[in-house]
Amino acid sequence: MKGRWKKDLPKVLEMKNITKVFPGVVANDKVNFDLEKGEIHVLLGENGAGKTTLMNILYGLYQATSGEIYFHGEKVDIKGPNDAINLGIGMVHQHFMLVENFTVTENIVLGSEPSKANGLYLDMETARNTVKEVSDNFGLKVDPNALIQDISVGLSQRVEILKTLHKGAEVLILDEPTAVLTPQEIDELGVILKNLTQEGKSIILITHKLKEVLSMSDRVTVIRRGKIVDTLKTKDTNIDQLAEMMVGRSVKLTSDKEDKTPGDVILFIENLVVKDTRKYDAVKSISFDVKAGEIFAVAGVDGNGQKELVEALTGLTKTVSGKVSLCGKDITGNKPKKVLEAGVGHIPEDRHKRGLILQNTLAENLILGYHYCPPFARKGVMNYAKINEHARTLISEYDVRTPNEYVTAGSLSGGNQQKAIIAREFYKDPVLLIASQPTRGLDVGAIEFVHNRLIEQRDNNKAVLLVSLELDEVMNLADRIAVIYQGEIMGIVEGKDATERQLGLMMAGASMEEAIEGGKADNENKIA
Amino acid sequence: MSGVTVIAVIASAIRLATPLLLSALGGVFSERSGVVNIGLEGIMIFGAFFSVLFTHITGNAWIGVVAAIIFGIVMAALLAVVSINLKGNQIIAGTAVNLLAAALTAFFLELIWHRSGSTPICPDMLTSNPIRVLEKLPVIGDLFKQFTPFIYIAIVLTFVTYYILWKTPWGLHVRAVGEHPKAADTVGIGVYKTRWICVLLSGVLAGLSGACLSIGTVGLFREGMVAGKGFIALAAMVFGKWHPIGAMGASFFFGICLAIQIQAQSFGLDVPGEFLAMVPYVATIIVLIGVVGKAVAPKADGQPYEKDEA
Repeated sequence: MKGRWKKDLPKVLEMKNITKVFPGVVANDKVNFDLEKGEIHVLLGENGAGKTTLMNILYGLYQATSGEIYFHGEKVDIKGPNDAINLGIGMVHQHFMLVENFTVTENIVLGSEPSKANGLYLDMETARNTVKEVSDNFGLKVDPNALIQDISVGLSQRVEILKTLHKGAEVLILDEPTAVLTPQEIDELGVILKNLTQEGKSIILITHKLKEVLSMSDRVTVIRRGKIVDTLKTKDTNIDQLAEMMVGRSVKLTSDKEDKTPGDVILFIENLVVKDTRKYDAVKSISFDVKAGEIFAVAGVDGNGQKELVEALTGLTKTVSGKVSLCGKDITGNKPKKVLEAGVGHIPEDRHKRGLILQNTLAENLILGYHYCPPFARKGVMNYAKINEHARTLISEYDVRTPNEYVTAGSLSGGNQQKAIIAREFYKDPVLLIASQPTRGLDVGAIEFVHNRLIEQRDNNKAVLLVSLELDEVMNLADRIAVIYQGEIMGIVEGKDATERQLGLMMAGASMEEAIEGGKADNENKIA
Repeated sequence: MSGVTVIAVIASAIRLATPLLLSALGGVFSERSGVVNIGLEGIMIFGAFFSVLFTHITGNAWIGVVAAIIFGIVMAALLAVVSINLKGNQIIAGTAVNLLAAALTAFFLELIWHRSGSTPICPDMLTSNPIRVLEKLPVIGDLFKQFTPFIYIAIVLTFVTYYILWKTPWGLHVRAVGEHPKAADTVGIGVYKTRWICVLLSGVLAGLSGACLSIGTVGLFREGMVAGKGFIALAAMVFGKWHPIGAMGASFFFGICLAIQIQAQSFGLDVPGEFLAMVPYVATIIVLIGVVGKAVAPKADGQPYEKDEA
């Protein structure tokens, strides 16, 4: 093979000197990556490090600017997904590529349907049988006739994996497969992937979650700002080393916080009911309180009523029934403006849609919510000198990396956008801060910043309501944790007593008692 | 109402429903693939005009039909370029097609016949029943006397459309492209190619529908003869939940509305004609706001597909 040296293990795949240039950005810079047969190889990096770009090149969705790909030692030219599929490369995308109102079978066979009469008749009978066969062969149970819209996220992912297997994939690429799963589903996925490697499949796992690297992989390649940092055997490394390689400096993954006795009740919620946009009850009679000097977290899988809960508290959605009070004052059903004026700060879940006006300048964004108050506005006229001065103060105080205060909010990176929102909300000195997924899509460094600020708020004797999908974040920060499942609180546990297993079971709908039992059983198994 | 009148109304409803159905089927193809086609109206105008022109030139109405299809494709191609490749706003593109077709045909009318308003009557038409045996059937035999070749074509094409979209692999591709184009793209289905074919098919069907209005009904082309029927066809498609069989039922419903308007005099109803003329349009509005509230359009309908390759 062109005089290339041979190594001990057969290489399924090699990517050599891959460079991909987007206008203004080098997404991949002379990247080398290889995959051995039967291994699980993690591609680790922060958001925007170039992991997904590299894999999209391998799958033919992007064309590399330069570089070569070898498959079983042969140079290949992958022009589109079809070429990749024909080579035996399958990809499970982060956002599922499933047609919601198609059946499991239709989705799995899409693009390579069995047919009769020269392709004029779609042979669904054979399709169903092949799907059954593939799912039995790999031990991945699915109902071939179920519609995707009716099945869980975990099952949808299984369908995605089956889809690649049905197309004869021997190399599977999974892009951030755990982002949407509960801890139990993540464990299950781990087992599925192990089984697949035993069947001779080779797997590339894209992730930015360090724990998964250690529990799931054989080797790990770390990528930072489009360049490969190193490739290591998983068993020779540890979480701190990986974190440092990924971020480029040493980071603390857990935040320290001192014990603190919470003060008065700040937010009090009683029997709150909220409907979602489809008029179903999304929040079903929820009650809890948040005290001064504590971080109260609402944990749960996405789409279990968190969004509606936050929107009801901030006045963005109507409440159907129940009571919300702040510092003893009833604020149920108040308009957002009144809620904010009552002393609530809000870091919204979607910083692009709700947190910022992307086309406006950073300075204008930094006064949103109090833009009508003096000194920023007087008698309905804006005072830009004051506004810009205010912006400069916040930019330096919160270390927002920006050329100046006049750039649009949309031109900042995700981390800096979030810093800007935090700066704006903290400036109001709110008695209650509602932080909804405050670290979504942020890199490790920015997450550290956000976490420290939330703890600072708590230590200043303010109330913090944290809504997060990240279990690690919740366990790391919260003094008390409520788990929400299908609009109901399954239980409230003390942060320091919570275990991942227990929270995970509650996130999947187990009651607190069942979850504690389950957690115990698990511990006993470990000891045995 | 006597039996004869009932037959007359039904026959009239079917005749009037036919162009709606043909266009609605075109809409089904286009929108199932994710392209909103409000240019149906314009394509029908083109089909109506060019079928008359070529019937005049050749003396054969079937050649007129072929011309209607070809010019329907031309108009549809315009919509396809703008809405698929250039990723323009599909509503604006469709509106442009409608305005262009109305203006161009008026211009050609002047240019070719040196007159405005309408063309002379064609030397050949497709208004008589091609399958005479059916007229001998008891009771409903009279119905078939009113049938034109287009009615048979439309009924056959309804089932053909259903078969293509739901029973062939390509049909699965079309529906996948209209629901989740990226999912289709990642399994190697050409999104642009699929949408192009579907939009061109909508040109074929709406062109045919235009021919049905002119050489299949009155044998001439008159400015304004389409009179919003492209939009009613669109409503029939929505009412029929983007499904060919549903579109057939919905078209028949609107056909009845149009028939009532025309046959009203024979019922002896004492209602001003202007109000009767409103019936089909009012029915369209009522149907769209009331009955189809829950109809779900293909998810990617109206959204241009961008490959994220920068």
